[in-house]
Amino acid sequence: MKRWIPLILFLVLVGFFAKGLFLNPREVPSPFIGKAAPDFSLPVVGDANATFSPADMKGKVWVMNVWAPWCVSCRQEHGLLMALEQSGTVPIVGLNWKDKQREAEQLLARQGDPYFAVPDDLSGKVGIDYGVTGTPETYVIDQAGIVRMKHVGPISPDIWKDKFVPKLKELGV
Amino acid sequence: MIPELGHFALIVALLLALTQAVLPLIGAQRGNLTLMSVARPAAQGQFVFAALAFGCLAYSFMVNDFTVENVARNSFSQLPEVYRLTATWGSHEGSLLLWVLILGFWTTAVSVFSRHLPDDMVARVLGVMGIISVGFLAFLLTTSNPFDRLLPAPIDGRDMNPLLQDWGMIIHPPMLYMGYVGFAVAFAFAIAALLSGRLDAAWARWSRPWTTVAWAFLTLGIALGSWWAYRELGWGGWWFWDPTENASFMPWIAGTALIHSLAVTEKRGAFKAWTVLLALTAFSLSLLGTFLVRSGVLSSVHAFATDPARGAFILGFLVLVIGGSLVLYAWRAPKMLSGGGFTWFSREALLLGNNVVLLAALGAVLLGTLYPLLIDALGMGKISVGPPYFNAVFVPLMAPALFLMGVGPLARWKEASLPDMVSRLKWALVISVATGILLPLTLDGFKPWAVFGFAMSMWILLTVLIGFRERLKNGARWSSLTRSFWGMQLAHLGMAVGVAGITVVANYQEERDVRMNIGDHTELAGYTFTFQGTTEHEGPNYRAARGTVEVGKNGKKLYELHPEKRIYNASGMPMTEASIQPALFDDIYVALGEPLDEAATIWAVRVFHKPFINWLWLGALLMVIGGFLAAADRRYRIAVKAPAPTGAAAQGA
Amino acid sequence: MKSRHKKLLVILLGLSGLGIATALILNAFQSNLVFFYSPSEVAEGKAPLDRAFRIGGLVEDGSVQRDADGLTVRFVVTDTAKSMPVVYKGILPDLFKEGKGVVAEGKMGADGLFNSSQVLAKHDENYMPPEAAHALEQAAKAQQTLAQ
Repeated sequence: MKRWIPLILFLVLVGFFAKGLFLNPREVPSPFIGKAAPDFSLPVVGDANATFSPADMKGKVWVMNVWAPWCVSCRQEHGLLMALEQSGTVPIVGLNWKDKQREAEQLLARQGDPYFAVPDDLSGKVGIDYGVTGTPETYVIDQAGIVRMKHVGPISPDIWKDKFVPKLKELGV
Repeated sequence: MIPELGHFALIVALLLALTQAVLPLIGAQRGNLTLMSVARPAAQGQFVFAALAFGCLAYSFMVNDFTVENVARNSFSQLPEVYRLTATWGSHEGSLLLWVLILGFWTTAVSVFSRHLPDDMVARVLGVMGIISVGFLAFLLTTSNPFDRLLPAPIDGRDMNPLLQDWGMIIHPPMLYMGYVGFAVAFAFAIAALLSGRLDAAWARWSRPWTTVAWAFLTLGIALGSWWAYRELGWGGWWFWDPTENASFMPWIAGTALIHSLAVTEKRGAFKAWTVLLALTAFSLSLLGTFLVRSGVLSSVHAFATDPARGAFILGFLVLVIGGSLVLYAWRAPKMLSGGGFTWFSREALLLGNNVVLLAALGAVLLGTLYPLLIDALGMGKISVGPPYFNAVFVPLMAPALFLMGVGPLARWKEASLPDMVSRLKWALVISVATGILLPLTLDGFKPWAVFGFAMSMWILLTVLIGFRERLKNGARWSSLTRSFWGMQLAHLGMAVGVAGITVVANYQEERDVRMNIGDHTELAGYTFTFQGTTEHEGPNYRAARGTVEVGKNGKKLYELHPEKRIYNASGMPMTEASIQPALFDDIYVALGEPLDEAATIWAVRVFHKPFINWLWLGALLMVIGGFLAAADRRYRIAVKAPAPTGAAAQGA
Repeated sequence: MKSRHKKLLVILLGLSGLGIATALILNAFQSNLVFFYSPSEVAEGKAPLDRAFRIGGLVEDGSVQRDADGLTVRFVVTDTAKSMPVVYKGILPDLFKEGKGVVAEGKMGADGLFNSSQVLAKHDENYMPPEAAHALEQAAKAQQTLAQ
């Protein structure tokens, strides 16, 4: 019997790990899903006089993409966002998060700007209101200004097809 | 092109590893020499291709190829060349590639230095190492490809974490991995022995030098890590009981128990099952350590959430390798007959006692490291287990371990006589206790832990000296002492030196935080520190405020120290770069806090007096040298030269 | 000594050793575990008054003040729902900043001030200490429930 003890101890440990890894909801459900998108009003990158507020989008389904020029994984989804912008499916708003080096305008000019508007969240406060844990993160917001979905991490074509398209269809886009 | 070449080399390495894992194991089971002889060339080829892949990644880093995502994330065009090279293993992907490379190195070493081993043993050992290689290469290729491209490429990289830009960090990971992965050799030998059913003294003799060398590397790696933390983290600490540190410390404890248990198995044929279990444990903990640190699961159990494939793969691999080996162990355990009886007071019994204490310490560290993770995983809240817990458990457990360490080497195998030991050791005991009580009286403040530490350090020192004296009295000459004896003595002496260093620095260090304007001075431990303000300083990839602190003693100026507060260009990360004047008996350590006024003329400054801190690393160095010496013992080399019965077949293959 | 007795003795010695070690570990565990509370939980009186614990959240904007000695720092930690004042003497970590995540370890003073012995901020600009993130998450959830 005692020769099995090491194996049993190990399996108990594995059980705990497995529970920790897989029973945990993979994405911490954002408390904002199904709730009104937190309101804000921020200056817009590239236009010193304009501001952007979620209220401007009332009546439309739109996507808010939290990104930053310093964020490497944001570059992975840049191409896809450009393609989406071309197709004109849905307006994408790019919340420019904590851009302390002020590089957003240059970067978009150089690599292409997929965004409908780029509100400038220099202090990062709006991001915190939305529960942003890191960039990139993307939210789908409906006609009534309710957050319907949140995605953490870069969007790949597959993720767009499997996760976003059905949700957007459901919302009538 | 080069990154694609690297990617391709990795795939070839995986195929070779598969060959190395499957064919020789089948061959060994069937007694087919042709299949067995595949092991060596496959292992060596795998190493060549892993090295090629590593070279390609290193090249991408050297030429700042930011189209490779790994480079873009972890390097920066202004980064000095040497750090660009070390950035190769700074990331999750790169460090796993280094792991594979080092495993290939060890495998190749085994394939070269195993001419004297029976063919089926070599085939099994290399086969098991091949399985481990397959696991890591598959993990790299499927979930963590270091050569992934990033298009469009960013203009510049995000820079290496500034904390890692230090030469202690250049060699720390390779040394640590040499240790971790070295235990794979001991593991493979144990599995091979279980498979063949040949668990004998010869098996213990084969695995001993490999295990000892791996242990020495691990010791060096841990010591370098601690030295880096001391110099680079800025706050004078040298061991934090941080989960990352524990992850390397746990295999070390298991490895220490293993090398002692292997000694008993080689000399007396006893403890076979126990030794095998320790060999499995040491490597299992190495795997666990690699994954705990590299998966990010330590900073948050949700780390896998972003990439569940990694979590599933890691867990599956751990279950396969560790679980599989434990099943094999349980299945074969009844076959392991323990030879060599001994009484409760003998060298065997003392070593067993030491092993039990070490494993209790290991259990305590494991519990403290994993408990917060488990509680978090179960959604039962957040807790932290900090240094007070580890100190409260670990230090008292070390008391019997250090005491036994003095007695063990002097006791006879099989049966020792208690009255005889008492008469040989009584003076050592008296002197140790007296030192423990008297020495703290000459220093400032009587501290109970200092009494304990000094007594233990003196005890080990004296028993080491007695060991030399008794050997010489029994007719041995200095020149006839074996390397393995020297190795043991040096390693134990290193422990004495290390314990002395820890005792002094933990009980008698002084520190002070002071607000200093230009010209202000403060006193600490007899030294005078005068602050002479800061100047702007431009580094290769950072800007720094560089302070000048004049250190003097008895009104005489000794030297100037230049602590810095740096801001790194790419990340904007601030960092404290301490300035240290090291010496054998005390370090003077100065760090800049933050400026307290707009003009940055007044600063918060932290000064430390760290007596005997370098003894710690000196002790570790002695242990490392001891380990290498013991592994170089002549009897292992004679075995190499001795013709093995099946040697001709191996040569012909 | 007979071999059966010998075996028994070894087993007894081993067991007593393990027993002592276990007792040591459990005792150390009980007295040295540091629990974590968010400012909201502290405000509800959940935190112990007699032992050290950790709090986490954001350093409130504009709350950092220094005493005349230059080394005693006062700041407010908030989880956006509740705040709590903290006092700390010593040099702050490099990445301590207003508006950033922070974790502090210490004891509750009788005056309602959290007397911190250690302030932790991790070594990565965009990294939030997990405990601080947890506190913010909890507070956000609590506010949502209140709003309904």
